[in-house]
Amino acid sequence: MTEVHAPSLLLQSIVYLGAAVLAVPVSKRIGLGSVLGYLIAGIIIGPWGLGLISEVETVLHFSEFGVVMMLFLIGLELDIDDLLKMRVPIFGLGGLQVVITGLVVTFLGLVFHLDWKIALVAGMGVAMSSTAIAVQTLSERGELELPAGRSAFSVLLFQDLAVIPLMLLLALLAPDAKHAGMDWLAAGKALALIVAIVVGGNFALRPVLRYIANTGLREIFIAFALFLIMGVSVLVQSVGLSMALGAFLAGVLLADSEYRQELELDIEPFKGLLLGLFFIAVGMSVDLGLVLHQPLLVLGLALGLVMLKISVLYPLARLFKQGRLDALLFALTLSQVGEFAFVLYSAAEQQGVLSGAAANLLNAVVAISMLTTPLLMLAYTKWMKRKLNARSSASFDDFEKHRPVIVAGFGRVGQMLTRLLNAVDIPPTVIEFDPNQIEFVRQFGLKAYYGDITRPDVLEAAGISEARLLILAIDSPEDAIKTAQYVRKHYPQVRILARARNRTDAFEFMDLEIENVRETFFSSLQMGELALRALGYGAFQATRAVWRFRKHDESMLKESQPLHHDITKLVALTSRSRENLARLLKLETENTVRASVDLGWWDNEINNASQPATEKQDKES
Amino acid sequence: MSNKVLVIFAHPSFETSRMNRALISVARECENVTVHDLYETYPNQFVDVACEQKLLNEHDVLVMQHPLQWYSCPPLMKSWLDNVLTTGWAYGPGGSALEGKYWVHAITSGGPEFMYQRGGYNNFSMAELLRPFEQTADFCSMHYLRPFLTHEVLRLEDEDIKQQAEQYRQWLLAITQGNLPPVVHTLHVPQADFKHAPPL
Repeated sequence: MTEVHAPSLLLQSIVYLGAAVLAVPVSKRIGLGSVLGYLIAGIIIGPWGLGLISEVETVLHFSEFGVVMMLFLIGLELDIDDLLKMRVPIFGLGGLQVVITGLVVTFLGLVFHLDWKIALVAGMGVAMSSTAIAVQTLSERGELELPAGRSAFSVLLFQDLAVIPLMLLLALLAPDAKHAGMDWLAAGKALALIVAIVVGGNFALRPVLRYIANTGLREIFIAFALFLIMGVSVLVQSVGLSMALGAFLAGVLLADSEYRQELELDIEPFKGLLLGLFFIAVGMSVDLGLVLHQPLLVLGLALGLVMLKISVLYPLARLFKQGRLDALLFALTLSQVGEFAFVLYSAAEQQGVLSGAAANLLNAVVAISMLTTPLLMLAYTKWMKRKLNARSSASFDDFEKHRPVIVAGFGRVGQMLTRLLNAVDIPPTVIEFDPNQIEFVRQFGLKAYYGDITRPDVLEAAGISEARLLILAIDSPEDAIKTAQYVRKHYPQVRILARARNRTDAFEFMDLEIENVRETFFSSLQMGELALRALGYGAFQATRAVWRFRKHDESMLKESQPLHHDITKLVALTSRSRENLARLLKLETENTVRASVDLGWWDNEINNASQPATEKQDKES
Repeated sequence: MSNKVLVIFAHPSFETSRMNRALISVARECENVTVHDLYETYPNQFVDVACEQKLLNEHDVLVMQHPLQWYSCPPLMKSWLDNVLTTGWAYGPGGSALEGKYWVHAITSGGPEFMYQRGGYNNFSMAELLRPFEQTADFCSMHYLRPFLTHEVLRLEDEDIKQQAEQYRQWLLAITQGNLPPVVHTLHVPQADFKHAPPL
């Protein structure tokens, strides 16, 4: 047994990786998303499927670090101010959701004559959603930054906080509970640790990071990053808080550090794989035997819980002033029962609150409820498309007629462009990915189609094959580049214009020879012109100075393009060209000033009147 | 009778021109004189035709104030002429908006007066150089008057500039009071003819 242990670990890894590699691309290709792919892979290889893997518990436990890392990364993206801004949705929406869902489920349990303790534990478990599934699905669909995505995230955060009192409550419910005093001690410990992490993170972490980064060894930096995340998670867990919460906290502390990007890049692949493993583990824990034995009970319970959660979440979101579509997306996102339920139920089983059979049943129900989320989201998208495009009497697959211009993205830039094109009577076909945006502009009689421009079928439906111009006014440069490359390859006759957010994006586009405009460039120049006017420049002088500056800036951009990967050279070039510009602008003023005092050339002309007249512009008269 | 005067002013680098600054500030003080600075109004070179035609309708005398650049007016003034003097409004069938109004230049130049004459440094007289404007005025049925000239601007001392500006004030006031400069015709001036140019 011992000598086959290592190979068996290897074999296991091969099974996991193989299953993921086979299932995920297929699932992604047919539009089910990666999460569902992993889950299905898990079901297939799990003890209830092919039985290739049996140690579900261990894997689940280990792969939870995927969720931990995901929260660490999200923490990196946020900073304290953002977090403080979110406190209303976190505590209001999150708190209400947890309490209401928990109580409703408990009440139902009581109605079905369950023991009140079991009902309460089940209720607490059901109130939680799966951070992993919700966030992964949202980010894959690019919806994390939408209002619905942000509120969903707030609620998930609150749930992670709520774990603490719930675990305490569980300890109280245990048949042999007798140490209420201990709990105060535990709470005190938890609080002390959080304070220690915040203080330590603020003062000690950065010098340490700097010291490690200075070694110049990338793998050591990665090792430290992993060490940090795991260390904090384990520490936090030791005082009874959730690991994910600890990691999130560590991420937030490092959000404004100079190593943020480095950390993000290094942790990202670990997170992806571990998260995948986590989903596989969830898939494996679906007790197919039980499902087949009592299909109605298990599936009914799972679907019932999902429906119940949706019917609590949707009105709550509406109460918090979200639009209908937003609220629905939010509710669907959080409709599954989270992985915390596994932990809670196994703890409850150990403490004798739940029987083994009940825990097993609940676990299967939870896993199945997780399976439903990607499917529900898919249904939402399909329904949304139909709903949005039906009202404009043109279904999504049937754009009214193919127009010469396609505008992708209907935000600030896309709208302005569309208005301009409409004004010159070349109405474009507009495609927008955010349903709320479509709803919003529809009130003003502007029409956009719902669709994801990065998808070939959407491009095709929008009439790319007959278009003359594609304008990419979308937020994500990655998507824009992806689309541009695809279109260039398959429809070389279509001209492409892209919106760049800044110089960095502009360089990216320039590398691929995609014509682009920096979105803030002209507005800044316009403001610069007004500033010059305010300082007493005449209109024409101001316009001309700005025009020269613009020419200079554009040529500098071209010049520095080959160097843009090399930051030191870029800095040198930028400062050199800044000197050039200063000289350029100074020269102009000097020229005009000198001409009004220096009569040298004129005197020469008079003295050597034999020379042909080359009267230069008499502009100084 | 009193005239309403419209000064159409074009100078691409007005800030550096001592003479034109002085002339314009004087013109702004005169009653019944409207100063219209083209480079200030249209820094992007796009002229609002309707607006300009309305201005012209409201005035009787058109003063074209500009530095002499390459023996002509600055580009924006040329653009103004090209865009504003439209057919059916300034000339052609139904184009009688400017009929009987007056056109006169107020020009600053770097060269001294003696250089602007036949056979001189600049080969032609100022009157001959300005013939395109004279003909344009005539084509729009306007009276073309003798210009107000300021020569050798680069050599002028502050005192001279002040004096010249005062002259300009008197000249403008005279015009508003109906006391106009004489009408000019350069038709009688002997002219070179491209057709009969001697072979090289």
